[in-house]
Amino acid sequence: MSLPRQTIVFVLLAILGVAFWTLMSGYAPDAELNRSALYYAQNTAQETGAQNIVTAIIVTYRGLDTLGEVTVLFLTAAIVGLVLSHSFAPKKAAGPGILPPGELLTTGARILVPMILLFGAYVFINGHLTPGGGFQGGAILASGAVLALLADPTRRFSHSIIHLVESGSGLFYVTIGVIGAVLAGGFLDNRILPLGEFGTILSGGAIPLIYTLIGLKVGAEFSSILESFEETEDAA
Amino acid sequence: MSEIAMFTGFILILMGLYGALTHRDIIRMIVGFTIADAGVNIVLVSVGMMAGRTAPILDVIAPADAAAAIIDPVPQALVLTAIVIGLGITALMLAYAYRLFRFRGSLDISEFRDLKW
Repeated sequence: MSLPRQTIVFVLLAILGVAFWTLMSGYAPDAELNRSALYYAQNTAQETGAQNIVTAIIVTYRGLDTLGEVTVLFLTAAIVGLVLSHSFAPKKAAGPGILPPGELLTTGARILVPMILLFGAYVFINGHLTPGGGFQGGAILASGAVLALLADPTRRFSHSIIHLVESGSGLFYVTIGVIGAVLAGGFLDNRILPLGEFGTILSGGAIPLIYTLIGLKVGAEFSSILESFEETEDAA
Repeated sequence: MSEIAMFTGFILILMGLYGALTHRDIIRMIVGFTIADAGVNIVLVSVGMMAGRTAPILDVIAPADAAAAIIDPVPQALVLTAIVIGLGITALMLAYAYRLFRFRGSLDISEFRDLKW
């Protein structure tokens, strides 16, 4: 690293640091909720029946953004698969220098993977009641997939199952959105199902259903990204 | 409290950018970008913090009192989105880094001069 380039980096970061400092010194936390936050705070409970306001915003009020977000994830998984597909190893071929995972990891994975999958399902089913939801639960499902891959690097998940879960949940998600537009107030409206008793697991209309679909889709997307990396020549 | 989180977030952004700009190794640059991404998320969440209030979950608070008892839920929803997109970006960067490594047998950014002017 030549000295002048290092200096340029420091000068740029110093300018950015001054900008951040100005932002911070002029920052005063709000004492009251702003208008949109106030609307969500006052109306979420009777409009969506969801206890967790963040979930209500993500799944219902800003549901279209979430659909876009899931699409971005799908595109990422597809592009990662495309970019890495040139270096996929031949089937059943073991790469150079593969380390055996060891007894502890193999046995531990056998106990932990089902528990991790159960926990992921718990997190996305309770997304409208507790902190959590489809994205978090899907990431937990994928962490179970990582553990299974670490314990047995030659293991392959079934592509057809992953694709079935991925496309099936995506299709159901959009169908629920369209049903919402026909039967209730608009696309992805959750009031197609009864709102139920506030604070119970079967409340919030279609929110638990939508978040379960998002959880399955996110878990399948992440697993397929991981699998693309795992199938390259150098990994396995 | 929110000032501490915001300060940490800004420091993480600067650290991550410093790492991404000074390192030659592509994996280290990706780690730098990931650290900066975490910093941006921390800053965003800290903006929604309000002293003396609680999380936007109405399990013990009655929905009628919510307006005076909860913090701003919007930044949290935005950050949830940002985290997922950040993960997608990281996965893409790693996939490209792997392809570059297969292509040139090196992860040193100075070996890739094709688009340099």
